[in-house]
Amino acid sequence: MSFLELQNITKIYPNGTKAVNETSLNIENGEFVVFVGPSGCGKSTLLRMIAGLEDITNGKISLDGNIINKIDPSERDVAMVFQNYALYPHMSVFNNMAYGLKNRGISKEEINIKVNDVAKLLEIDQLLTRKPSMLSGGQRQRVAMGRAIVRNPKIFLFDEPLSNLDAKLRNQMRLEIKRLQRQMGVTSIFVTHDQTEAMTLGDRIVVINNGVVEQVGTPKEIYSKPNTKFVAEFIGSPQMNLFNCKIENGIAYIADMKINLNNSTNIDDASLGIRPDDILISDNGQHSCVANLVEYLGSDMIIYSKIGDQEFSCKLSSKINLNAGDTFKFDISSTLVHLFDNSNGSRV
Amino acid sequence: MKFKPLEILTHIILILGVLLMVLPIWFSFATSTHDNVSIMTEGMKFFLGESFSQNYNEVLNEKGGWSEEVTAARMFVNSFIMALGIATLKVVISAMSAYALVYFRFKLAVPIFWLIFITLLVPLEVRIFPSYKIVSDLGLTNTYTGLILPLVASATATFFFRQFYKTIPDELLESAKLDGANSWRFFIDFLLPLSKTMLAAMFIFMFVYGYSQYLWPLIMTTDEKYWTVVMGMKIIFTENYEGVALPRTGERFAYIILSMLPPVLVVVILQRWFIKGLIQTEK
Repeated sequence: MSFLELQNITKIYPNGTKAVNETSLNIENGEFVVFVGPSGCGKSTLLRMIAGLEDITNGKISLDGNIINKIDPSERDVAMVFQNYALYPHMSVFNNMAYGLKNRGISKEEINIKVNDVAKLLEIDQLLTRKPSMLSGGQRQRVAMGRAIVRNPKIFLFDEPLSNLDAKLRNQMRLEIKRLQRQMGVTSIFVTHDQTEAMTLGDRIVVINNGVVEQVGTPKEIYSKPNTKFVAEFIGSPQMNLFNCKIENGIAYIADMKINLNNSTNIDDASLGIRPDDILISDNGQHSCVANLVEYLGSDMIIYSKIGDQEFSCKLSSKINLNAGDTFKFDISSTLVHLFDNSNGSRV
Repeated sequence: MKFKPLEILTHIILILGVLLMVLPIWFSFATSTHDNVSIMTEGMKFFLGESFSQNYNEVLNEKGGWSEEVTAARMFVNSFIMALGIATLKVVISAMSAYALVYFRFKLAVPIFWLIFITLLVPLEVRIFPSYKIVSDLGLTNTYTGLILPLVASATATFFFRQFYKTIPDELLESAKLDGANSWRFFIDFLLPLSKTMLAAMFIFMFVYGYSQYLWPLIMTTDEKYWTVVMGMKIIFTENYEGVALPRTGERFAYIILSMLPPVLVVVILQRWFIKGLIQTEK
């Protein structure tokens, strides 16, 4: 039995919206799992059901062997970090962190020791007497983390905790969260809509769309073998190129271009996906196109072009000398393409 | 420092406003320190006189009324108890009922809120006979409970607390829940401290409201031991008109000045709290 088990979880809001549909998921002790998906896909709802802040319409959640469907949030022993931190504005940092411990009837001395330890760990020990209104965004974030850590819960739940920070701080906190999670080994679930966060943080990623789990896997699995067209498009930056095409006897026809897939597939309406950095540019490539636009990103550049009327992009080293309007030659290797059946969006 | 003409003008207007409000009080106070003869012959005073202790002593300790037993000091105590009781209970009850209305999602919360709100249309003066009947049937005439109880519900305060609670982000409640706070703890540890400013403001308003009650204590009390300051004005202003004795103007002004003190003190004391709450934006 897994540490956290979700079985056929469904959530239907009173107004009839189905936020989560028949979701099952097992999470092992100590794992760092990221729920990722576009906004409104149900990932936060799922997290809040684990926390006990939303009722479960149907299904079963068990934590550490106990079914927790009906257990009060305060007794589930989970800690949550909210998007807006939800610090207690009238309490000092110390009391913010100590509050949950006080409610659990822990002695004052022990609270003191615990809070101070965690404050040192997060480097907020200088701020313990301050009120949240006197803290910067990053410091608030740390306090929110500290408040979760100090309780030593069974699970950490993070609800988009980095989205209120600026880009630099976000990267820094991301690393820190990862480091802390490794160090403490507490099972964690992190909700985000940012695929970079998902890729860098998670031991496993759960891609959710429209209340349904599209794919569960390690970042590598998800990136290299997306199960559905949605996952293919959602994960990876820049986005994967998807060409609508017809496949006959293992040859894909995209406009006037032919790509040999080295198999014997036959699909009338398929999508051929290839990541922008998997398009191999070389002077003796089989195909040629005109670069419509070149985006220079420092070490890399992105070329936007068209095959027939379908746009695509390639990412390559900016050492290559190529300007907008130039013609370039490239190859698409059959080992690097992802094929999806357009009738159901699933991988072939 | 240079002053622009507009600035000078606005300051003059402000100073005039202050004078307009403060001067009558100063006149009353100055007059209250003179003896009755000089007031009678010379009219209202601007400068202080020498009868301060005599006038105030007399007002506070002289026994008046028909029973010749009640003193102004006693009436101050009564008023204070009544105002304090009304203000405290009004604030506590409104805060709690607003808490129930906002945080406990029972089906009839909205209709109940409007029902409470509608009671604004039925102030005590309108329902004074039924209220009196109930209180007297309960045997509460001539008691502090009877003075306070019919006035402790407040639609206004409930409304203000409700509006305030609605601005508190849901995450705060959720976070508190995960931290193991039950509904009682959330009220005590979160809502009350967060609404400090609101509590102080409401307490001030309600204290003044309770202090200035006239009709209700008048009807409620037959025993002069329970008379309030506002009712006492009647004694001090109506007696001594027969005969040749001088009107006791000095004492009357002393009484007026004294009767203003408790509300002023409450405002002055709580104002600090009130302003502190306003300066520390804690959200």
